[in-house]
Amino acid sequence: MSVFSFVQNFPWELFLIQTLNGVVTGMILALIASGLTLIFGIMDVVNFAHGELFMLGAYVGVVVLAGSGSFWLALILATALVGIFGAAMQIVTLRPLIGRDPLTTILATFGVSLILQNYALWQFGPVARKISEPITGQFSLFYLEYPYYRLLIAGLSAAIIGGFWLFLKYGKYGIWIRATTQDRVMAQAMGIPVPWVHTAAFAIGAAMAAASGVLFAPLVAVNHTMGLNWVLKAFIVVVVGGMGSLGGSIAAAIFVSLLEAYASIWVSPSQAVIVSFVVLIFTLLFRPTGLFVPTPK
Amino acid sequence: MSKRDKILFWGGFGVIFALLFVSPFVLPPFWQRFLTEILIWGLLAMSSDILIGYTGMVSFGHSAFFGLGMYGAAAALLMVRPANLLLALACGLIAAAAVAAVVAYFSTRLRDIYFAITTLIFSQIFYVFIFTSTEITGGENGLAFRRPEFGIPGLWSVPFTNEMLHWFVLAVVAGSYLILRRIMHSPFGMVLQSIRENEPRTRAIGYAVERYKIAAVMLSGLFAGLAGVLYALQNKFAAPDFVFFLISGETIIYNVMGGIGTLVGPVVGAAAFLLLREFMGRLFGDTFPYLIPLGFIFIAIIIFLPQGLLGFMRRWLNK
Repeated sequence: MSVFSFVQNFPWELFLIQTLNGVVTGMILALIASGLTLIFGIMDVVNFAHGELFMLGAYVGVVVLAGSGSFWLALILATALVGIFGAAMQIVTLRPLIGRDPLTTILATFGVSLILQNYALWQFGPVARKISEPITGQFSLFYLEYPYYRLLIAGLSAAIIGGFWLFLKYGKYGIWIRATTQDRVMAQAMGIPVPWVHTAAFAIGAAMAAASGVLFAPLVAVNHTMGLNWVLKAFIVVVVGGMGSLGGSIAAAIFVSLLEAYASIWVSPSQAVIVSFVVLIFTLLFRPTGLFVPTPK
Repeated sequence: MSKRDKILFWGGFGVIFALLFVSPFVLPPFWQRFLTEILIWGLLAMSSDILIGYTGMVSFGHSAFFGLGMYGAAAALLMVRPANLLLALACGLIAAAAVAAVVAYFSTRLRDIYFAITTLIFSQIFYVFIFTSTEITGGENGLAFRRPEFGIPGLWSVPFTNEMLHWFVLAVVAGSYLILRRIMHSPFGMVLQSIRENEPRTRAIGYAVERYKIAAVMLSGLFAGLAGVLYALQNKFAAPDFVFFLISGETIIYNVMGGIGTLVGPVVGAAAFLLLREFMGRLFGDTFPYLIPLGFIFIAIIIFLPQGLLGFMRRWLNK
C-alpha cells in the first residue's frame, strides 16, 4: 500500500471526531489524575481507592439525581459528600500509618477500595445505572450528531482544574499545601498544621474524583467495576506525566486519551487500552521521571 | 539453628504434614476439597511472599503468573492426546516463567510503588489479551478439560481421584516450601533480604541488585505458575477471571493476614481468609458481600498487627 492510497483512504472525519472524543475523555482523566497526583505529591501515598472514590461520586450522583431531579445539585452534593468521606478515610486509615513503610499505605487504600467496591455491588447490584444528560442539545459534526454536553464536560473539568491551580498558586491554604509538599518538616516548623493539610489535600483529591465521576456518568454506565478501569488509567497518566507534577498529569491525560481514541479507530476499544499500557512501559523504560516534566538535574 | 530448634521445626513440620496427609480419610468431601484449595492458594501466596516479605517489593500482578500457569496446563491437556500430567506441569511452568521473564525485565527497573503499578498493569495486559482472543483462549468462557491420569506415562498410571489430587498438591506445596526455605537461607536469599533492608547499601557492597531482583521475580512467578497448574488440575478449567487483578489483591491479603517474610504465614493467611469467607457465606447467605468485613479486618491488621498472624514466629522460622 502506497503512502498516497493510505492518505486517500484515511478516515479523516473519524479522526477528527476521535480527536474531540479524546480531548473530552482526557479532561475527565486529568481531573481524576490531578487529585491522585496531589495526594501522592504531598504525602507519598498512592491512593489505590481513587477509582472507587470516582465510582462513589457517580453513585451519589445517581441517588441525588433520582431524589431531586437536578443534575447540578447532584454534582455539588456528590463532590461535598465524597470530599468529607475522603477526609474521614484519611484520618481513620492513613493517619496511623504515617512514618511507616509507604507500601503499607498502598495496602490500606487497597483495603478501602475493596470495601467500597463491594459495598456498591451490594447496595446497587450489578446492573449498570444511567444518568441522563443535563443538556440534551446536539450539533452536527460530519455525519454525527455531537452532543453539546461532551464539550461542557471538557469545559467544566478545565474550569475545576484551573480553579484548583489558582487556589494552589494564590490561596493561603493552597500555599500551605505547596509548602507541605516541598518540605514537610520545615512547613511544620513554620506553624503549618501539617496533619490537617494532609487531610484537606486528601479531601480535595477525593472531591475532584467524585466531581469527575458525576460529570462522566452520563457518557458511560455507572457500575461497581468502573473504578478499577479509571484508576489504572489515572495511574498511567500520573506516571507518564511525572509523579507529583500537576501540569504533567494534565498533558499526559490528554496525550494518553488521544492515543487511545485514535487506536480505537482500528481496533476494538477493549484492546485500545493496551496502547496506554505500552506508553507506560516505554515511559518507564526510557524516561522513568515522566514524559512531560523537565529532566531532573 | 540450634539442635533443639531443629527438632522443634522438623517435628512441627512432620506433625502438620501428617495431619494434612490423613485428612482425606477423616474429612467429608467438601472440606477435603476446601483444604486442597487452601493449599493451592497458600502456594500462590507463598510465592508472592518471596517478593513482599523477602525482597521488599509488593507485586500486584501475581494473577498473571497464576493464570498463565493455568492456561499453559490447559493448552497441554487439550492439545496432546492422551492427556499427560507431566507435560501439563511443564507447559504451565514454561508459560508462567516466560511471562515472569518479561514482567521481571521491565518491572524491576522500578522501585516501591512504581513496581507495584507496573506489575498490576502487566497483569491487566495479559487479562485483556486472554479475554479478547476468543479463538485461542475461549474468551470469557475459558477452557474446560479433563483431569489427566496420575503417574508416569507408559509405565504406570492410576486414575486421578480427588484424594490423589490432595496428596499430590500436599506433596508439591510441602516440597515447594522446603525448596523456597532453603533458597531464602542460601546466600542468594540473604542478598534478597539485604535488598529489602537497604538497597543502596547492597548495591554499594557490589551486588548486581537488578539481577537479583529479576531472579526473585522469576522465582516467584515460577511458583505462582505452579499454583496455577495445580488449580487448573483441581477445577478442570481455566478462566480469564483468574488472570484478573482481584486474584493478585487476594494474594496480598493472604500475605498481610498471615504474616509476610515467613513463607508459611501466607498459607495460614489463605486458610484464615477462605475460612472466614466460608463461614460468612454460611451465616449470612451466599450473596453476602464478604469482602466488606474482610476489608475492615485487613485494614485493622495493617494498622494494629503489621506482622500478621504468624509475625511472632517470624524470627524463629527464618533461623
